[in-house]
Amino acid sequence: MSTPSLDLDRVRDTPVVPVTGGPVGTPGAGSPGPARNGDRRPTRWTAGRIAIVAALVALTVVFVYPFIWLVSASFKPRGEVFDNKLIPETFTFQNYLDVWADAPMLLWLGNTLLVTVLAAVSVTLSSALVAWGFAYFRFKGRDALFGLVLATMMLPGAVTMVPVFLIWNSLGMVNTLTPLWAGNLFGSAFYIFLLRQFFMGLPRETFEAAKIDGANNWTMFTRIALPLTKPAMIVTLIFEFQAAWTDLMRPLIYLRDSDKFTIPRGLKALLDQFGFGGEWHWEIVITASVITTIPMIVLFFLGQRHFVQGIATTGAKG
Amino acid sequence: MATVVDSTGSEERARAVARRRRGRRDTRAALLFISPWIVGFLVFTAWPVLNSAYLSLTDYDVINDPNFVGLDNYRRLFEDEKIALALGNTFFYAAIQVPLYIVVSLGLAMLLNQAGRAAGFFRTAFYLPNMTPPVAVGVLLLLVFNGQNGLINEVLGFFGIDGPNWTTDQSWIKPAIILTSLWSVGSSVIILLAALRNVPQELYDAARVDGANGWQRTVRITIPMISGALFFVFIVNSIAAFQTFTEAYTAFFGSGNTTYSNDAALFYVIYLFQQAFEFLNMGYASAMAWVLFVIILIITLIQLKVSKRFVYLEGEQR
Repeated sequence: MSTPSLDLDRVRDTPVVPVTGGPVGTPGAGSPGPARNGDRRPTRWTAGRIAIVAALVALTVVFVYPFIWLVSASFKPRGEVFDNKLIPETFTFQNYLDVWADAPMLLWLGNTLLVTVLAAVSVTLSSALVAWGFAYFRFKGRDALFGLVLATMMLPGAVTMVPVFLIWNSLGMVNTLTPLWAGNLFGSAFYIFLLRQFFMGLPRETFEAAKIDGANNWTMFTRIALPLTKPAMIVTLIFEFQAAWTDLMRPLIYLRDSDKFTIPRGLKALLDQFGFGGEWHWEIVITASVITTIPMIVLFFLGQRHFVQGIATTGAKG
Repeated sequence: MATVVDSTGSEERARAVARRRRGRRDTRAALLFISPWIVGFLVFTAWPVLNSAYLSLTDYDVINDPNFVGLDNYRRLFEDEKIALALGNTFFYAAIQVPLYIVVSLGLAMLLNQAGRAAGFFRTAFYLPNMTPPVAVGVLLLLVFNGQNGLINEVLGFFGIDGPNWTTDQSWIKPAIILTSLWSVGSSVIILLAALRNVPQELYDAARVDGANGWQRTVRITIPMISGALFFVFIVNSIAAFQTFTEAYTAFFGSGNTTYSNDAALFYVIYLFQQAFEFLNMGYASAMAWVLFVIILIITLIQLKVSKRFVYLEGEQR
């Protein structure tokens, strides 16, 4: 789970099913990626193009600099945190040691990892099941039911926030990690929609042929449909991994004790303790922010093309 | 003769029976696949929606039983000054942030579309902020926009501008939050870039032959051709803007920041969260949630209606 891109490469290399060479995991839009009409033309360094690249470089600085500032500040001693210098004048690791001593960072990271993996895996599997149910079978009321799935996406989370809290409260699950992921066992409308699109792009003849060969519904799903849509499953996994890792609201609602915190909830606690109105140890807050963010940057670089493809597909389908 | 008719008739009947049986079997299998969502829908959507509607008519603090008060909560909404404040803040935020967000992401996407092979690199740079957990973005907001020694004011100072106290001055808090939100335009940029790349090059070539200039090509070809994606980004971001929570809550609420007033950052969902989980006014919070639902519904319906006039869909798109 931790290395989605590796997983994919392995799958690509293995002939998963002895089926006719259908398009592998092609989204309904037709082409697996955007048609690059911009790339086909040879690069000519006209004045206009140089201006465009210069503008993009300047914008890149705007977008990336706050990060660099944050990372740089995390290596500065307390007195120099706000000097806005790119390279720390005095380079120190002390903040990282301090934040580890001041807060149970490892425990928070562990809690977050647990929640995140459970959330991502359960929502991917359950959404795939449901999406397959809607994509493959024809039955009365299917479209109405699928319309209901889509309609739930329009419901603001605020409406169900209080009653869902009351459900977990009555189950005695408040102040446990369960409410942060267990809802994902039942699929999520957005992913059901996304995966259904991918499933519908699979050639139907493949499944008719498999059926004649004696495959039942379950084997068709697990042995043919799932392997063929592996890229889409990875998109779902990493999207939910990010969503679960970065969520603050649910940890605020459900977690009481510090030893149950996820890392964003812990960072908020550190900000309250060491930031404004607190002890003014911003170097602690800054270092904790870096630690909270780094795993997401790693995730992005591991699954970059899946992010791009997943987001582009979302827009095309909307 | 008669036997022939009879036999085909029975054959047909047999086939129809088989088809119906297969249909029933299909339905049963489909429902089995869909069952996780059905259970989840009943438990985590349908029941909470009903319960929320009921709770909005009660006084409920979780410890004691709900006390039915009729429409009192809704009446109180009109007298609550904080509701007016939160609604005002939220509408202000949405009215400024959504158009700015669209313009910025469209501008970036168009620049990227001209960047040729380098587009991939810049796209990565623009997307990185989207990977930053919102709670860390909230921390960055406080640091980068700090009035005394923040990065923004230092840059402004370089140009001879005396920057405001963004994070403490009531009239500058929302602009700071809005500017911060523009940092994460990356996902919309990817959606719009994918749409831009699907615009057929012939249209531009033909327009150029007809003597259309760059501005005319943008307004007459680009915008109409990507209006579907633009509209998707518009609607999704409008809905999100009305529910904005994490960055503002992190930076200005919680047990920390008690030094300065945070009235200017009190967005609707933040106030709802406070009512529900800090003051334990579950009934009142439920009423607030329904008002939010109606607001979002009305705005989405207006947008859908308006879009019919402006959004161009290629004939065969679904």
